[in-house]
Amino acid sequence: MSGTTNEPLLRVRDLRKHFPIRKGFFQSEVGRVKAVDGVTFDLAEGECFGLVGESGSGKTTVGRLILRALDPTSGGIQFRVGRQWHDVAAAGPEQLKSLRRPMQMIFQDPYASLNPRMTVFDLVGEPLLLHGMKNRAERADRVRELLNQVGLDPRHLQRYPHAFSGGQRQRIGIARALALNPSLIVADEAVSALDVSVQAQVLNLLRDLQEKRRLTYLFIAHDLSVVRHISDRVGVMYVGQLVELTEVDRIYRRPRHPYTEALLSAVPVPDPRLRKQRVVLRGETADPSNPPPGCPFHPRCPYAEERCGKEIPQWREVEPGHFARCHFADTLELSSQPGGPVRNHSPVSA
Amino acid sequence: MAAKPKQDLSTASQWRLMAIKFRKHRPAVWAGMLVLCLYGIAAFCEFLAPHTQQYRDIDKAYAPPQVVRFISSDGIHLRPFVYGLEGFRDPQTHRKVYVEDREARHVIRFFVRGEPYRLWGVIPWDRHLFGLEGDATVHLLGTDSLGRDMLSRIFYGTRISLTIGLIGVGLTFVLGLVIGAISGFFSGWVDNIIQRLIEVIMSFPNIPLWMALAAALPTTWTPLQVYLGITVVLSLVSWTGLARQVRGKILSLREEDFATAATLCGAGPARVMFRHLLPSFSSHIIVSLTLALPTMILAETALSFLGLGLRPPVTSWGVLLIEAQNVQALASHPWLLSPVVFVVITVLAFNFVGDGLRDAADPYSK
Repeated sequence: MSGTTNEPLLRVRDLRKHFPIRKGFFQSEVGRVKAVDGVTFDLAEGECFGLVGESGSGKTTVGRLILRALDPTSGGIQFRVGRQWHDVAAAGPEQLKSLRRPMQMIFQDPYASLNPRMTVFDLVGEPLLLHGMKNRAERADRVRELLNQVGLDPRHLQRYPHAFSGGQRQRIGIARALALNPSLIVADEAVSALDVSVQAQVLNLLRDLQEKRRLTYLFIAHDLSVVRHISDRVGVMYVGQLVELTEVDRIYRRPRHPYTEALLSAVPVPDPRLRKQRVVLRGETADPSNPPPGCPFHPRCPYAEERCGKEIPQWREVEPGHFARCHFADTLELSSQPGGPVRNHSPVSA
Repeated sequence: MAAKPKQDLSTASQWRLMAIKFRKHRPAVWAGMLVLCLYGIAAFCEFLAPHTQQYRDIDKAYAPPQVVRFISSDGIHLRPFVYGLEGFRDPQTHRKVYVEDREARHVIRFFVRGEPYRLWGVIPWDRHLFGLEGDATVHLLGTDSLGRDMLSRIFYGTRISLTIGLIGVGLTFVLGLVIGAISGFFSGWVDNIIQRLIEVIMSFPNIPLWMALAAALPTTWTPLQVYLGITVVLSLVSWTGLARQVRGKILSLREEDFATAATLCGAGPARVMFRHLLPSFSSHIIVSLTLALPTMILAETALSFLGLGLRPPVTSWGVLLIEAQNVQALASHPWLLSPVVFVVITVLAFNFVGDGLRDAADPYSK
């Protein structure tokens, strides 16, 4: 719970990203995919904020918007460097280059995110080179130091990515992200492509680094058990919108949105004797280019009532520090049991 | 870091990995050597050819190929030799007929002095790789209607045909890369226009398009100008395929994580393009260029054969084949078709090399 009281490092206000759908010879716009549709949250300095949701919910897009790998359609992104607030959403190319120094990204796919034609030295050293460290020997020293920090053999400087395993490659990606001493790291499904055992190693590495360097993480994932392990607060996304946001323990104690309940019940439990009563959602994720009227979740929601199909629920603070987007957030008694509401499960502090 | 082979591999660059893999592809390696030999012929054709381009001996018109022998009635000889040819007219058909003169045994000598020439048009010399002593002549692939040595002409033609392929592919490369990169990088309406243009060019039937373009070359041009004109014609038609490949690659690679990562590290668009995107498909470009070369050579041959490409006195394989257009001449003098063998061998060799490169270029293929 460390970070929530600190001063914010990042403020995201009503962030939107709409992708136009173009068709035909003249590429005229026939519709819009609302990948991110009004997302608002703060990141406190030193916290780890987990952003979860199924594929297509827009969580990756949020991460990319914050780093301006994509340009937002509208909305505000403010980032604090020292005491100075910067408007990331409106930054021009020059300002963006300096702003990307304290904000870095760890990618999901350790195979696609490392250029196969470059050695570890070139990969990890590139941000250093581009931000003014022209001296090769100096750069090599720094890269060795970074490799050491992420648990790689610093002698492997001249190796190419093909010589490393998935976990090792992800460590190279982490070293690259750390090269410029950032304060914010967007980890986009940083462990999803790895084996479970390797996942744990990389997660522990990320936590150690956070403690040592006072890093702030935006940790994007689809696996709630991973998020619980590393996050202080969690935001749940559904079809481009946040549906619930609170501290990690609270969400595991009493979720306030039916979608969160369904996500929690889908967490696999490594116990073969357990009879599962999962909350199985009907139907498909809503189409972000054509979301249903009212609450976007209502066609799949087991608790939906007539009102849900007509009225769009407001984003509101159900109790202090606990936000949800549901008409019945106050009254619903939702379960937080992985594998379904079966046995008593005491939440473990993450 | 001991120099163990395994560690060598892990620090090997993409090009080294490619070379290692290419070497395992036996047919490609052999074909590669063959291609090198052919370019060797092209480079040193004055020296390798037993006769110069000016050589003609009208008394030896349509002489058949002479056979290199080691065995005569005297027994086995260590040095290869040919028998002289005695030509006379058939009293009935008035055709020139040649018979071997078993008395005249000419030993083939190497590095023999012969007709003087200028190597690459510059260095004066008179040594030839092989030839006969004195005035006797050797025609290993026979002669044509004017008594010119086929083998020498093919060697000279190799120079023209193979370099026209190289220069043409070079031009294709520049056109395809630039236009394709523009198309892929800027996308939007620029991309749309370029792609429609490519479709139009691709939908023209090749031969009539070549013919139209070749007919536009002024007849007053010197052979060198015509030569360059033809390469331009060939590459104007053939850049489209490469442009599409480059566009597709750039479109997909632009969205790759490593391109995003580079941007986030502070790299500008130019650095992303040339340091990250281009190197990751340069091997593919090389492969498609290798596979484009034989097409280029075939196109030149076809154009010249139709009389639309290079014209005598320039010698190319296609020009040589003009003589083979006459069915009657061909029936009685089949050796006029020998340039075809060179064309086929060259095209096959390039295709094998291209296949080998393609397999080697993909580091993750099995």
